[in-house]
Amino acid sequence: MSITKKDVLHAADLARLELTAEEQDLYTEQLSRILNYVEKLSELDTTGIAPTTYTVPLKTVMRADESRPSLPHEEALSNAPDSDKDCFKVPRIIE
Amino acid sequence: MKYETVIGLEVHAQLLTESKLFCACSTKFGSGPNTQVCPVCLGLPGVLPVLNGKSVEFAVKMALAVNCSVNAKSVFARKNYFYPDLPKGYQISQYTEPLAERGYLDIDTNGGKRIGITRIHMEEDAGKLLHGEGPEDSGSSFVDLNRAGVPLIEIVSEPDMRSADEAQAYLKSLRDIIVYLEICSGNMEEGSFRCDANVSIRPVGAEKLGTKAELKNMNSFKFVKEAIEYEVERQIDVVESGGKVVQETRLFDSAKGITASMRSKEEAHDYRYFPDPDLLPLVVSDDLIEGQRKTLPELPEAKRTRFIKDYSIPAYDAGVLTASRDLANYYEEVVKATNEPKVSSNWVMGELLRLLKEDARDVRDCAVTPASIAGLIEMIKNGGISGKMAKEVFEAMYKTGKTPQEIVKSTGMAQISNEDELSRIIDDVITRNPDNFARYKAGRVQLFGFFVGETMKATKGQANPQVINKLLKEKLDK
Amino acid sequence: MDLNSLTIHALSEKLSKKEVSSVEATKAYLERIGAVDDKIKAFLIVTADEALKQAEEADKRRAQNNNITPLTGVPISVKDIFCTKGIRTTCASKILAGFVPPYDSTVVARLKDAGAVILGKNNMDEFAMGSSTENSAFQKTANPWALDRVPGGSSGGSAASVAALECAASVGTDTGGSIRQPAALCGVVGFKPTYGRVSRFGMIAFASSLDQAGPFTRDTIDSAIMLKAMAGFDPRDSTSIDAPVPDYLSEIEKGVAGLKIGIPKEYFIEGMDAEVEASVREALKILEKEGAVLVPVSLPHTEYAVAVYYLVATAEASSNLARFDGVKYGLRVNESGNLLDMYKKTRDSGFGGEVKRRIMLGTYSLSAGYYDAYYKKASEVRTLIKNDFETAFKACDIIATPTTPTPAFRFGEKVADPLTMYLSDIFTISCNLAGIPGVSIPCGFTKENLPIGLQILGRPLDETTVLRAARAYERAAGCTLQAPAL
Ligand SMILES: [Mg+2]
Ligand SMILES: [Zn+2]
Repeated sequence: MSITKKDVLHAADLARLELTAEEQDLYTEQLSRILNYVEKLSELDTTGIAPTTYTVPLKTVMRADESRPSLPHEEALSNAPDSDKDCFKVPRIIE
Repeated sequence: MKYETVIGLEVHAQLLTESKLFCACSTKFGSGPNTQVCPVCLGLPGVLPVLNGKSVEFAVKMALAVNCSVNAKSVFARKNYFYPDLPKGYQISQYTEPLAERGYLDIDTNGGKRIGITRIHMEEDAGKLLHGEGPEDSGSSFVDLNRAGVPLIEIVSEPDMRSADEAQAYLKSLRDIIVYLEICSGNMEEGSFRCDANVSIRPVGAEKLGTKAELKNMNSFKFVKEAIEYEVERQIDVVESGGKVVQETRLFDSAKGITASMRSKEEAHDYRYFPDPDLLPLVVSDDLIEGQRKTLPELPEAKRTRFIKDYSIPAYDAGVLTASRDLANYYEEVVKATNEPKVSSNWVMGELLRLLKEDARDVRDCAVTPASIAGLIEMIKNGGISGKMAKEVFEAMYKTGKTPQEIVKSTGMAQISNEDELSRIIDDVITRNPDNFARYKAGRVQLFGFFVGETMKATKGQANPQVINKLLKEKLDK
Repeated sequence: MDLNSLTIHALSEKLSKKEVSSVEATKAYLERIGAVDDKIKAFLIVTADEALKQAEEADKRRAQNNNITPLTGVPISVKDIFCTKGIRTTCASKILAGFVPPYDSTVVARLKDAGAVILGKNNMDEFAMGSSTENSAFQKTANPWALDRVPGGSSGGSAASVAALECAASVGTDTGGSIRQPAALCGVVGFKPTYGRVSRFGMIAFASSLDQAGPFTRDTIDSAIMLKAMAGFDPRDSTSIDAPVPDYLSEIEKGVAGLKIGIPKEYFIEGMDAEVEASVREALKILEKEGAVLVPVSLPHTEYAVAVYYLVATAEASSNLARFDGVKYGLRVNESGNLLDMYKKTRDSGFGGEVKRRIMLGTYSLSAGYYDAYYKKASEVRTLIKNDFETAFKACDIIATPTTPTPAFRFGEKVADPLTMYLSDIFTISCNLAGIPGVSIPCGFTKENLPIGLQILGRPLDETTVLRAARAYERAAGCTLQAPAL
């Protein structure tokens, strides 16, 4: 399966990345080569093989429902690039 | 052409836990913006989610209440999309392996109908966005993340509803249950109980589903009905005029009573779900399930049926009295003390609910105890007070929280039922009215009323009318 | 006496005998950093004031005999992937500009609790994506053994700082070899524990199902000391394993007599560096002489590991890196005042080329229509790779292989071709996919005086045996500390 420039632009859009024309070409070429390489996985028949996401023993960890103090308000906003009205400030969302 | 409406509902209910789904921040409603946030729910780098056990218990409880089977293993997945109210750039939800599946709920429109429940899954809520309104900040939006990470369950129905009325009935029934279980406040205005509707139409008799529109922003039962009704009309108009219904999200505008397309969020619905590697699959043990099953309360429908059967009260009464678990419990306590189901129902449904409604208060914070109402009913029964006086006594009970005995004593409202005392008073009335007594004796029996009135006057209205009747008959007719 | 070249255990002994104070040791390391880091560039930030304060505390602790561990007063450094409370943390990325975490990662908190002194934070490949530390947004770290060569990556700064005697030990992370490969290239010991052995809380995520923190040290005894301090269940990490942490030190000198060492044929491949192969084979002979039994094993799905890794790791990364959006912290580029544009410009100028490439690959492999063919398929093959190890470990106790196919390469040699760079991780990646522990220990030098690494892999949670075997080799080969001339 080879990747087209349209696919690259779609992925960039989903990932909120702006690509220059140069990057679009570069990534189309590089991702194609990488995807060609990973194509070797299709040599393997994995029918009936369960996927692995977790390598640790499946033991659900749950906490007790107790609330603890949150971050002090100023600290919560201290890393924000922009804030106002006790909130994180962002460019207006057009709806 | 005749069309059939097809509706499926997706309901998000906020669970009444003390802390958030994956961190220990409080879930309290109404605090100042960004005061209930921590590195985890702010999505700071490197931090990890840890599941709130109580939320799992609550979700399991709901699943059992609507007859779902709870999966022994379910998987938290990431739903990836960018939005400023979503701090991690993904929502932790469940996708291919939800907590519970294949349930149903019976509603009683048109003689009863079963609505399938496809699945119930757990997920975290997003934050809140405020949009600048002043001239200086109209170009900005403001993000409050207090709500980010609050635990939700999403209850997805089958497309089994055929009218706005059915959808409304299903939704009401679902809310009754969730409130009965005490796992959600059910408050639609605050957004603790939210509903999206998938609505489509198809020619009557057709098998294939039509293209659906997803309706959002309906924050009351009334709006759900209005929005669906409007949308059905709109889709019929589109099809009749030769157009095609497009799959889209539409927002209900309650001021105008219409739904309008919300195109901005439409682009590229590609959530790239995959299992969240930060959370191991959720293993729900049989012990947990059985433990929750044991704590399941009697649900509204069952309670209603039992009230009609055991207490022989009308279906209407049973419906009103089971509207909330607290009210039903209250009523049952009154009945237990009085053994008078219908009289108790009259007082609870009538006076009590009227006063509570006037004050917009809940039965839970009502000053009148069931024992007090029972005491009042007892007093009427044994002639301690008249029915008319009882209403006044009740209002005083409601205002002061005192027992009826205390109120009657302090206001001197007690009814005179003592036969000796009344006998003396009647003798006096007869003595003072020799002419009328003579006329009565001569056959003017209509004058009976005159003597009742005079006796009442003499007792300032506190005489027990039944006793007066009895004594007067004895004295006048002897 | 050269304080800088001491192992942790040697320094610890001197500290407990009061022959030297932690403040003195800390000053010696700070001086060393001042003297050589212009050449090595292993540090992104040196926290001298905090370090000296911690050293004073440690001296007090030792004077009062209060809760002393072998690490109390020992100066170390940590990769800049670990969040440090009140100290800026960059992950070597411009997108985290100005970010100061209000929390310590569990690893840092535990090391501080043990009394370690933190000198500063090491350079790395941006978001741990790379095998050469050339992908740092800020600087290139040089290999202390050959300044024109890479130290390996992504924990290149950590490996180089230990090799260049700028700290007694360091902590890195390993997602596909990022501890073991730079350890091999820099001639130090690098240990990747079992996935879940060490908490990931506060460690900036690259690929959550693969990331694991571990130490860089001068010898295996130091590894045991560091591991003991870092390991153990953390209620803040649901994937950390709730199992007792053994006393690694008490087992470490037990030797390899009777131990079965699996030699996988798939790890001695054509095209690998002849000197590397010779050194590793020589090391195996030494282990055999020590009483170990070498058994041939097969890990038949090894050739698929790189493909699986680059699909799984990038998918997870594409999601993990979505939070860097210019809203809550870090960089924001907002010229147009339009939200979508802000997202795109911020992420475009904040992320480097390799990070963007991997986000693109991961996004694509998860996207509608490709999930089954890529992410899901890769996760299934991951099961086969994990099964390979389970089968092999029925026939052997540990597995020994070269850590890398070649010694350190030159700057720029592989950057133009991502795939070639990816393939240099071929021997280290499977271990992460299976979640098992692995170590790289120095096993000689090439003629050009470039270090070579021997990799030892073990069963899940069996760090003890891995350390025992590594120690047996180290002792038998008479490895003493080799320090580059700088
Ligand atoms: Mg949802
Ligand atoms: Zn929180």
